[in-house]
Amino acid sequence: MTKSILIVGVGGQGTLLASRLLGRALLAKGYDVKISEVHGMSQRGGSVVTYVRYGDKVASPIIEKGEADIILSFEQLEAARWLPYLKKDGTIVCNTQKMDPMPVITGAAKYPEKVLDRVEAAGAKVQRVDALRLALEAGSPKAVNVALIGVLAKNTDIDREIWEETIKTTVPPKFVELNEKAFALGYETK
Amino acid sequence: MKKLLLGNEAIAQGLYEAGCRLVSSYPGTPSTEITEFAVKHDEMWCEWAPNEKVALETSIGASIAGGRAFSAQKHVGLNVAADPMFTVSYTGVNGGLVICVADDPGMFSSQNEQDSRHYAKAAKILMLEPADSTDCKEFTKLAFELSEKFDTPVILRETTRIAHSSSIVECGEREEVPVKDYEKDFQKYAMLPACAIKRHVVVEDRQKAEAEWANTAPVNRIEYNDKKIGVIAAGISYQYAKEALGDKASYLKLGCVYPLPDKLIKEFAENVDKLYIVEELDPFIEEHVRAMGIDCIGKEAFTMLGEYTQALISKVILGEEKEHLTVDMDIPPRPPALCAGCPHRGLFSAIKPLNLYISGDIGCYTLGALAPLNQIDTTICMGASVSALHGHNKIRPDEAKKSVAVIGDSTFIHSGITGMINAAYNQSNSKIIVLDNSITGMTGHQQNPTTGKRINGDPTAAVDLEALAHACGFERVLVVDPYDIAGTRKAIKDELEVDAPSLIISRRPCILLKEVKKNPPYHVESDKCIGCKACVRIGCPAISFRDGKSYIDFTQCTGCGMCQPLCKFDAIQEGK
Repeated sequence: MTKSILIVGVGGQGTLLASRLLGRALLAKGYDVKISEVHGMSQRGGSVVTYVRYGDKVASPIIEKGEADIILSFEQLEAARWLPYLKKDGTIVCNTQKMDPMPVITGAAKYPEKVLDRVEAAGAKVQRVDALRLALEAGSPKAVNVALIGVLAKNTDIDREIWEETIKTTVPPKFVELNEKAFALGYETK
Repeated sequence: MKKLLLGNEAIAQGLYEAGCRLVSSYPGTPSTEITEFAVKHDEMWCEWAPNEKVALETSIGASIAGGRAFSAQKHVGLNVAADPMFTVSYTGVNGGLVICVADDPGMFSSQNEQDSRHYAKAAKILMLEPADSTDCKEFTKLAFELSEKFDTPVILRETTRIAHSSSIVECGEREEVPVKDYEKDFQKYAMLPACAIKRHVVVEDRQKAEAEWANTAPVNRIEYNDKKIGVIAAGISYQYAKEALGDKASYLKLGCVYPLPDKLIKEFAENVDKLYIVEELDPFIEEHVRAMGIDCIGKEAFTMLGEYTQALISKVILGEEKEHLTVDMDIPPRPPALCAGCPHRGLFSAIKPLNLYISGDIGCYTLGALAPLNQIDTTICMGASVSALHGHNKIRPDEAKKSVAVIGDSTFIHSGITGMINAAYNQSNSKIIVLDNSITGMTGHQQNPTTGKRINGDPTAAVDLEALAHACGFERVLVVDPYDIAGTRKAIKDELEVDAPSLIISRRPCILLKEVKKNPPYHVESDKCIGCKACVRIGCPAISFRDGKSYIDFTQCTGCGMCQPLCKFDAIQEGK
């Protein structure tokens, strides 16, 4: 049975590293894995999505509407944007950070109110995480991605040791300590 | 060893294992990472060429010299390299020659949605299409073998979803392939008409031999399941079909999309009840199948536009659709934007009040077309900003003082220089602004001939843009700092009044470069902010407007300080 995790956020938030960590941890656990990323122009501050699928044998690397078991969202509005991709009984793990898209900055649109409450009311299970606070506690606002991976890790069947080993072998040596800290803070969040 | 590799990384691994000796490319999404991963292997000479034509010609030279060689580019890059490609089809190769082209269905990062399979047919070159990362590696190796077996260049075609998807690959060792002897043979390599006439005969015979090979090649394979539905597909479309239909359909998976295996197609068509052709973009396979007199369902049920998905295939073939959740909310779009601290924002903010006609080009600065900057009139292709401005100025000479071209450093080297020569030679008082951010930005930071560094970071010669402009006949060259918005505006305004062509270099390195120092984030002192929005209008993603006041997001602000002089009330302050 193939499982699907959608990672969404704003270009520049580090969603690619998050999906890479998840992919490598799944590989270490022995799953067949496929990941699909977005590079290039869409990466520049736009809405970005990475698809992660795993199981015994995966064919398509992309996730369709109604297929994601989990959506890991780096930003509130993006959780709402990608909600249709969630399975009926799926979970959204969402960073409570808000980032105004350009149409909101220019005044052409409004950032909606009570986004996560409304996403919940639409039928999704929502786990709220103040990942920016966790990242700052770990030592840098840039560690939001790994803090969120820490929270996500609790929702998977991958052992903590595999995650920690994956972080060690994936991030540059000088950022290992920061990211281990961010991961631990995320992992221990309830 | 098993690794999770991007399609592009797997192609690079294939190059390594195949004993490839030279890789010359120009960056272009979604092909860029192939060359970036290849450079990690010291056994191959890897380089960023100034453009795709130079890259392919370099590879052709290497192949004729007897070494295995490779060039990668995005679909529109192959247009630039098409000239040498059509003729190397005639000369054939010595060492294997593989040309990778990456199409971008859905246009994630492109200006058109062309289907490069037509090039295979038009240039009469065998084309392979991988369907996952393992295929990417294996097909790359096979491409070199076929290139030498049939004495032809081979095109490896991928799409964004193959290039930028990761799957598990078993990595192997490098096979050292010796450099072949070079023997002078002008009948084969010098395509003057008398030689080319003879080589065309060779090309037609070669195509017949390749078509015969395709019928029995293991890369084309039939998978029989339920025979009520038959699907012919290649690349990512095969994966979508498998995901959507599983055992409910039989498949003819094509690894070689040109020439197509007629016997295999016929056999498959005879064994299934209803035949579907599942292919993104143009009906390339479908038209061939129909021309064979075989009835099939293709574009009348699917679409020419964008990417396919398993949901689309499921809907068309099985009539099934998945239910999904919806939320009743007006969700504002989040288009891409210039980064916080991007020097291009400074340049566009400087020229915005001048109300200019802006002939645009391909790069991060194309985003200057979007609100609130709204600064680009046209975007066609690499280099077109400069040459099209010349044409514009010939038709509207009175407006030459109200028009400029904007082009990045890498794009200028790629194909802006020839346009500059034309503007000087054919006398239009063109004002060319080079947005020199010391890197190829949009594709993710590649070195180029202006940066003074090679692909691996080694120091090398750097093009002197000022001297180059002089040599091309541009006597006026001006350098501005785009972080100084007011100073840049004044300098450009003055320069526009001069009756001579000018090169204006807007010089400031990309804020995302590691070596560029970021300052502590700025903040807004809200008691001083009167909510005039002067700072908001530069369209910085770090500056928002909330409850009647400006607000700087410290997680995004890079401390560039461009916004500070815009505030007449001293509300924007450094540090925290």
